[in-house]
Amino acid sequence: MSSTARKADAQGDSRSAQVPARGEFQREESLALFRHMLRVRVLDERMLKLQRAGRVGFVGTAKGLEAALIGSAYALRPHDWLWSGLREGGAAVMRGLPLSEYIAQMYCNSNDTAKGRQMCNHFQHKGSNYPSWSSVIGTQIPHGVGAAFAAKQRGVDEVHAIYFGDGATSSNGFHSGMNLAAVWKVPCYFVCVDNGWAISVCSAKQTAAKSFADKAVAYGMPGREVDGNDVLATLAAAREAHALALGGQPSLIVLKTYRMLGHSSSDDPTKYRDDAEVAAWAAKDPLDRFEALLLSQGAIEKNERARVEGELTAEIDTEIHVQEAAPKMALKTLVEDVYADVPLHLRRQYNRFIAVAERLGHATPGDGAFPL
Amino acid sequence: MANLTLIQAVNDGLKVAMRTDPTVLVFGEDVGPKGGVFLATEGLTKEFGESRCFDTPLSEDGIVGAAIGMAANGLKPVCEIQFQDFIFPAFDQIVSEAAKLRYRSGGQYTAPMVIRTPYGGGIRGGLYHSQSGEAYFCHTPGLKVVIPSTPYDAKGLLLASIDDPDPVLFLEPKALYRTLKGEVPEGKYKVDLSTLRTAREGKNVTVFCYGAMVPVCMKAAEQAAEKGIECLVVDLRTLLPLDEEGVIEAAKQTGRVVVVHEAPRFCGFGGEISAIIAENAIEYMEAPIARVTGFDTPFPNTLEHHYMPDDRRVLDAIEHVWSY
Repeated sequence: MSSTARKADAQGDSRSAQVPARGEFQREESLALFRHMLRVRVLDERMLKLQRAGRVGFVGTAKGLEAALIGSAYALRPHDWLWSGLREGGAAVMRGLPLSEYIAQMYCNSNDTAKGRQMCNHFQHKGSNYPSWSSVIGTQIPHGVGAAFAAKQRGVDEVHAIYFGDGATSSNGFHSGMNLAAVWKVPCYFVCVDNGWAISVCSAKQTAAKSFADKAVAYGMPGREVDGNDVLATLAAAREAHALALGGQPSLIVLKTYRMLGHSSSDDPTKYRDDAEVAAWAAKDPLDRFEALLLSQGAIEKNERARVEGELTAEIDTEIHVQEAAPKMALKTLVEDVYADVPLHLRRQYNRFIAVAERLGHATPGDGAFPL
Repeated sequence: MANLTLIQAVNDGLKVAMRTDPTVLVFGEDVGPKGGVFLATEGLTKEFGESRCFDTPLSEDGIVGAAIGMAANGLKPVCEIQFQDFIFPAFDQIVSEAAKLRYRSGGQYTAPMVIRTPYGGGIRGGLYHSQSGEAYFCHTPGLKVVIPSTPYDAKGLLLASIDDPDPVLFLEPKALYRTLKGEVPEGKYKVDLSTLRTAREGKNVTVFCYGAMVPVCMKAAEQAAEKGIECLVVDLRTLLPLDEEGVIEAAKQTGRVVVVHEAPRFCGFGGEISAIIAENAIEYMEAPIARVTGFDTPFPNTLEHHYMPDDRRVLDAIEHVWSY
C-alpha cells in the first residue's frame, strides 16, 4: 500500500484500500469521482432547501455516504444494473439519470417519468438500468438476483449491483436474495451501505454479528467490510465484486459509513444519537478526505471544490426553475398503468369521477372520459 | 383433441408455452425431476432441461421476488407456490412489488409473470393445505386473478396468462385436478381473461361460482331442474379483472341470485358480486341475494366436507331465493 493510500485512510479503516497507479488516467478518474461526489452533496443541499421552503415534500439525503455510493457504483459499466435501496439517486445521476428527471421526481410533477405516483426521492431511469424501487425494505434484493439470473439465462453480459442499507439485512428479501444468488451463481453483487442507523435503530440492535459482512459466510459467498468513507477503497472493492460477479460468483461488500443527517427531512436524529458520535464521523467526512488527498497529489487546486460546487449549483438551479413550471398532472394517470390497458371497471370509475370534476370545474379539457 | 384431467391440461399448457416461447421458464419447490407434488410439472425438466424447469430453495418470497426480476429483464417466469396456503411469505412481493411495478414506474418497468398455485379444500389437507385466499389478492389492483374449473379452461387460461403483459395469480382448484376429464385441443389456444363462462343456461335462478364450486353448483342445478327450477350457472373464471358486465347481465336474466365459494364469507368474493348486483341491478331483484360459503373459521380437517359448500347447501339456497 502506498503512502498516498495511507494518507487517504489515515482517519478510517484502511483494510481494503487499494491505490491506483499514478498517471493521467487515474487523475481523470479521481476528478470525475470528486465531481460526482460533490454533485450528491450539492443536490441534497438544494433539495433540502426546497423541502424547507415547502416546494418538495420529502428528502432523504446521502450526506456522509457520497464515497460509499459513488465509489461503489463507479465500478459498473453502462449496461450493468443498479438496484436501489434508497439513497442511490446521486449514483444514478452519475450513471445517466438526467438531472431534469431527478428534480421532476422530487417535485412529483408531470415531467416525472413515474407520473408522480411515488413519494419524493424514489428515482428510476430505464436508460441506465436503474429500476423503479419501492419503499418496502429489502424487496429489491431478490429482484436483482432474478434479473441477474435472466441475464445469465439469456446469455447477456450484465452485472447486477444490489444496494440496501444495514436495516435491510434483517429483512426476508436479504435472506432469500442472498441465498438464491449463491445457489444459482448469478452475476450480481450485494452492496450493504452500513450507515450505522436504520432510521433510529443502531446497527448493534440490528444484529449480534460482528459485521454484516459475516452474514455472507452462511450463504457460501465472500463478504468483506470496507471503509465506506474512502472513495477509492469502495471503488476497488466494488471492482473486485464486479469481477467476481462476471465469473458467476456473487459477493457481499459492506461499506461502513455514517448518515450525517436524519433518515429523512421528517426525522430528528438528535432524539436518538449522540452529538459526539456525529462529530467523530464529521471528522471523517468523505468529501473532505478525498479533497485532501487530491490536494496532496496536486491533482486539484485549492479553489477547485468551490468552483465545481458553483457549477453544479448553477446547473441544478436552472433545472429547478424548469421543473417549477411543469404543467399540471393529467388526471387520467389516476387509472393508467395499473394494467397494460385500462380495464373497463377502471374506465368506469374514472368516468364517474371526471363527470363530478367537470361539473365542479376541476377538470381540464384533456381530462375527458374514457370510451367504454 | 385429447381427453385430459385438469392437471394434465395444466401440464400440457406449460409444455406448449415452453415449446413456443424460449423465454418461458418454470421453477418452484419440487417442480423439477419430481414434477411437483401434484405432478403439474411432470416431464418438464426432462424435455426442457434444468435451465428451464428447476427446483428452488424453500423460499416463497424468494421465488416470487426473483420471478419479478426475471420478468423485468426479459424472461417469462411461471413459478409455482406448492400450496396457496404457503404463499403468504410472498404476499409482500406479490402485493407491494409485482402488482405495483408498472404503476409506480409509470409503465417503464413491468412484471409479466404467472404464479401458479393449487388452492381450496377437498383433499383432507387441514388448515394449511386447503385454503382459498382469492379475496386477499382480488383486493390488489395491478394483479390478475384467474381460476379455471375445466381442463379446457385450465390450458386456455394458463396460456393466456403466460402471454399476458401483467402479473397473473393462477389458482388451480386442486380438488378438481383428477376428478373430471374434458376435451382439450392440442397445441396453443387461449381463453380470454376477464370473460365469464356460462356453464348452464337457465331462466329462474342465477348461480355464480368458480373453481371447485362449479361442479358442486352444476350438481345442485341438476337437482333444482328436477324440481322445476332452471338455474343459470356462471363460472366467473377470471376474478380480477372481473367481467362485471357479464355478472350484471346474468343477474338481470333471472332476478334471483346465489353466490357460492368455499372461502370464508366475511369480505369474501361473494360480497363483491352481491355489491355489484346491488349497485347495478337491484331493481331487477326478486329476492335477496344468497351466499353459500365456507364458515368464517379456519379450514377444518375432519369436518371439511361440512365446511365446504356442497350440492345440498347450494340447492337449499336456490330453493330459498326461488320461493322468496
